[in-house]
Amino acid sequence: MKRAALGFGVTAALLFAVAPLVLGDFRLSLLAKYLCFAIVAVGVGLAWGRGGMLALGQGVFFGLGGYAMAMHLKLADAGPGNLPDFMILYGQLDALPWWWAPFANPIFALLATVLLPMLVALLLGLLIFRRRVRGAYFAILSQALAAAFAILLIGQQGTTGGTNGLTDIQGFFGYDLNDPVNQRMVYFVVAAALLAMLGVAWQLMRSRYGELLVAVRDGEERVRFLGYDPANVKLVAYVVAAGMAGLAGALFVPAVGIISPALIGVVPSIEFVIGVAVGGRATLAGPALGAIAVAWAKTALSERVPSAWTYFEGLLFVLPIVFLPGGIAALFKWRRRARLVPPAEVKEKVAA
Amino acid sequence: MFGYRGRRSAAVLVAIGTVAALTACGAKTGDAVGSAQAGGGAVVDTSGSAVKVGLLNSLSGTMAISEVTVRDAIKLAVDEINAAGGVLGKQLEPVSEDGASDWPTFAEKAQKLISQDKVAAVFGCWTSSSRKAVKPVFEKNKALLFYPVQYEGLEESPYIFYTGATTNQQIVPALDYLKSAGKTSVYLVGSDYVFPRTANKIIKAYAAASGMKVLGEDYAPLGSTEFSTIVNKVKASGASAVFNTLNGDSNVAFFKEYKSAGLTAEAMPVLSVSIAEEEVKSIGTQYLAGQLTAWNYYQTTKGAANDKFVKAYKAKYGADKPTSDPMEAAYTSVYLWKAMVEKAGSFEIEKVKAAANAGGITFEAPEGLVTVDGPSQHVFKTARIGKIGTDGLIEEVWNSGQPVKPDPYLKSYSWATGLS
Amino acid sequence: MSLLVGQLFSGVSIGAVLLLIALGLALTFGQMNVINMAHGEFIMAGAYTVYVLQQVVTSAGASLLIALPVSFVVAGLLGVLLEVLLIRRLYARPLDTLLVTWGVSLILQQAARDIFGAPNVQTRAPEILTGSVHLTDDIAIASSRLFILGLALAAVAALTIVLRTTSLGRRIRAVVQNRDLAAVSGLSTGRVDRLTFFIGSGLAGIAGVALTLIGPIGPAMGTNLIVNAFLVVVVGGIGQLKGTVIVAFVLGVLQATVEYTTTVSVASVIVFVAIVAFLQWRPQGLFTLRTRSLA
Repeated sequence: MKRAALGFGVTAALLFAVAPLVLGDFRLSLLAKYLCFAIVAVGVGLAWGRGGMLALGQGVFFGLGGYAMAMHLKLADAGPGNLPDFMILYGQLDALPWWWAPFANPIFALLATVLLPMLVALLLGLLIFRRRVRGAYFAILSQALAAAFAILLIGQQGTTGGTNGLTDIQGFFGYDLNDPVNQRMVYFVVAAALLAMLGVAWQLMRSRYGELLVAVRDGEERVRFLGYDPANVKLVAYVVAAGMAGLAGALFVPAVGIISPALIGVVPSIEFVIGVAVGGRATLAGPALGAIAVAWAKTALSERVPSAWTYFEGLLFVLPIVFLPGGIAALFKWRRRARLVPPAEVKEKVAA
Repeated sequence: MFGYRGRRSAAVLVAIGTVAALTACGAKTGDAVGSAQAGGGAVVDTSGSAVKVGLLNSLSGTMAISEVTVRDAIKLAVDEINAAGGVLGKQLEPVSEDGASDWPTFAEKAQKLISQDKVAAVFGCWTSSSRKAVKPVFEKNKALLFYPVQYEGLEESPYIFYTGATTNQQIVPALDYLKSAGKTSVYLVGSDYVFPRTANKIIKAYAAASGMKVLGEDYAPLGSTEFSTIVNKVKASGASAVFNTLNGDSNVAFFKEYKSAGLTAEAMPVLSVSIAEEEVKSIGTQYLAGQLTAWNYYQTTKGAANDKFVKAYKAKYGADKPTSDPMEAAYTSVYLWKAMVEKAGSFEIEKVKAAANAGGITFEAPEGLVTVDGPSQHVFKTARIGKIGTDGLIEEVWNSGQPVKPDPYLKSYSWATGLS
Repeated sequence: MSLLVGQLFSGVSIGAVLLLIALGLALTFGQMNVINMAHGEFIMAGAYTVYVLQQVVTSAGASLLIALPVSFVVAGLLGVLLEVLLIRRLYARPLDTLLVTWGVSLILQQAARDIFGAPNVQTRAPEILTGSVHLTDDIAIASSRLFILGLALAAVAALTIVLRTTSLGRRIRAVVQNRDLAAVSGLSTGRVDRLTFFIGSGLAGIAGVALTLIGPIGPAMGTNLIVNAFLVVVVGGIGQLKGTVIVAFVLGVLQATVEYTTTVSVASVIVFVAIVAFLQWRPQGLFTLRTRSLA
């Protein structure tokens, strides 16, 4: 308990005091981007590390949150009654499409960034978990979802910006994003969101529900025999993870100034997972730290030797998972009841 | 439990407090003072004996295929300029960054080149998506980008120079050519992204005004390699030509399918706007011979400047490496920037821009004499239609006679009103 | 009429390509429960084998025929290497194989880029496979597609025969149906795993050869195919081939039909929705293998 409080305190100090002092504007805005990925990772850690659901479609939820936010900001940039620039160029629309209109309202848009992904996850999860689609089937389906969603977005260029995505976002609820001071503000918002999400995950993990989730991961049938419905247990984790991804996507937009299908398809979705595996999938801090480390390594390596990054990324997928399934966190045996390594997913073997 | 919760809430409160305090200082949108203070303009580092220039291309990922050749061409120009004494007495130091075929990465790397390396100008980007992603970065920092690829027009950023063709220098002449060759109907095939969709919109407007028929329009997702249905549709349409705006890998699958379906260059020629010498090499002349392309430059383009360029390129990168339009435009862009800097007598970005906007920046490029159009920051270019030969080279069969004035919004074409 | 037939054949031929790609997966995923994301790169290896062979053998036809067995062995050996080095350690963690093999696929792609260059390479097809076969005056079928259909069916037939009649096939089936019992009965399950992986990966090599006739040959050629191929196996149901075969053709025809009436991107989305709906009805896929193992 004390250790956890200490952990939060140290993290908060690092994020709010040390980083802004040490890093320049450019590096700080990069860190804001990494923190967005870390928020996704916290959710993945919950769904995959604790719940055993390898969610390879987090890009979809990240994208839903990001687009919801970007749509509002584009509308705000354009001003009331005007169409966003790209619609005039590529869509030749006379009026705003009906499904854009509600996003002009900031409160609706803000709620949508989190609730929309959660709603989609809920519907999808109901369909998938109720029918006991799990393990590899679930992973592949979630991957196909990411592919389909990206293709759908790209196909509707006039209303979604197509491959370009939504770019050139100038303001954030009235604040000029070109101003470095406001960029710092965005960083602080992202950092605060990450801390809050870590708090949420912490609460979930140590609650009775958290115990149940791990039980479902380790022996779904046994939990069913105990009288619980594993589908509901999984659904909660999946929906929460989707909400976190949505929040991350929403914050990514002001932090980076763009949201595009390039962040949604199969490849980015699987990249969201790698940091989690490296950091330690079943721990609280591991996924976030892993995601930040991997994103940082990508920037650092690709600035020096571009082609080496791909090899390194490949090795990141291979070495930790094969030889250190608990992730880096397993090196530090902090916790007494460390459930870092799932006790073999043999039982996950697609039931015949 | 409660103790812990209390602390966490406290932490969050502190966070929110910090945020609130900070927001008080930030500039609001539309706040002129704030904006000026925010982006005082990128500062070029001219303190050393060398000046840095940025090269921003995808060196990994799907676009690496094309963009690496552009990077090579830029490097060639930089080397030549350095060997000849540099610019304003300073050597150029290229800083190459990898956009990794990922648009947010392009934006990140552009910012890095501007604020960390303090480059005098950035050369690169290929896809429209990458350009759209970096455009706000260059505008915000008031830094310069030279964009070397033909594109869909409808853009005039004050901080971008466009050295590739805009639509009225490639698409429109290509349509003029098809019309003059007696092709009365076309089928449109393209990849699903900005350039093909915009190009096809222009083609449809042109066709409507000139009596040409558009018999169908199909888009394949980028990277798609399954074309049997689209080719079936094309074949059934009986169009007299196909206008092809497919990109990358899709072209290979499309042309293989096209030939399999028994369609030939004689009966139903395909006019492509994204297939240059490099792509011909990877698709194979077995499938491409006789098909048409529309560009502003071919390796076979006549002239002493091109002979020198081709020779230098092959000497540096290998005799089997072809030169192509985007490479030539990238090579030219470095020399155009040099001319601007020399005219301005300074590396300072606003002065360089002012020198260019005043007009009179020219360069004897491999494609012929190119002139920068001051106001639009585009370049006058000669349109050329080529036919792909069995040797993998493209021979010019038609050209526009003189360099065409760039018109990114097609304002001078009556049929194009309402397009932009 | 000719369009209808042409379109139907398009669907069948899309199905044939899917089948050829998914067949190997039906073995490694369906039988061994290994999610091999590097399967696409084994396809790539098969395609590059054609390219390399054509540097030596000048006749396009001969090089293609030689390439079939050679690429089977090349891709198969890559598969065995992967199995021995990595996958063997992960049989207890099937989901982790997905991530690990994804990493392997990244490495193989970059290796191909460094060896053969980033641009696509070009192979020559024998003239006979670049034209079309006329059924009637106005109904023509691409001969390359016909070849691929033949190849896919031949591969299915060969695989069926191996699994049904040979002792190797019997051993594979035994291990799939009940690994522990097979081991207890004296089977070297490790050896059977390696052989299964060899055959499954080798089939990817064959698919690679076929793809040189219709698509690009480059480092990224495998990534576009892999997700759809997995869907075929998932929907078909694991453990046997007939589900994979039927689903490949059904999805092919569905894709072609929807694509014809709408657009490619809408078609992809509709196919996905159809798959989710189908799994609502049969969560274990079209056919399931009944075994007595308590999985």
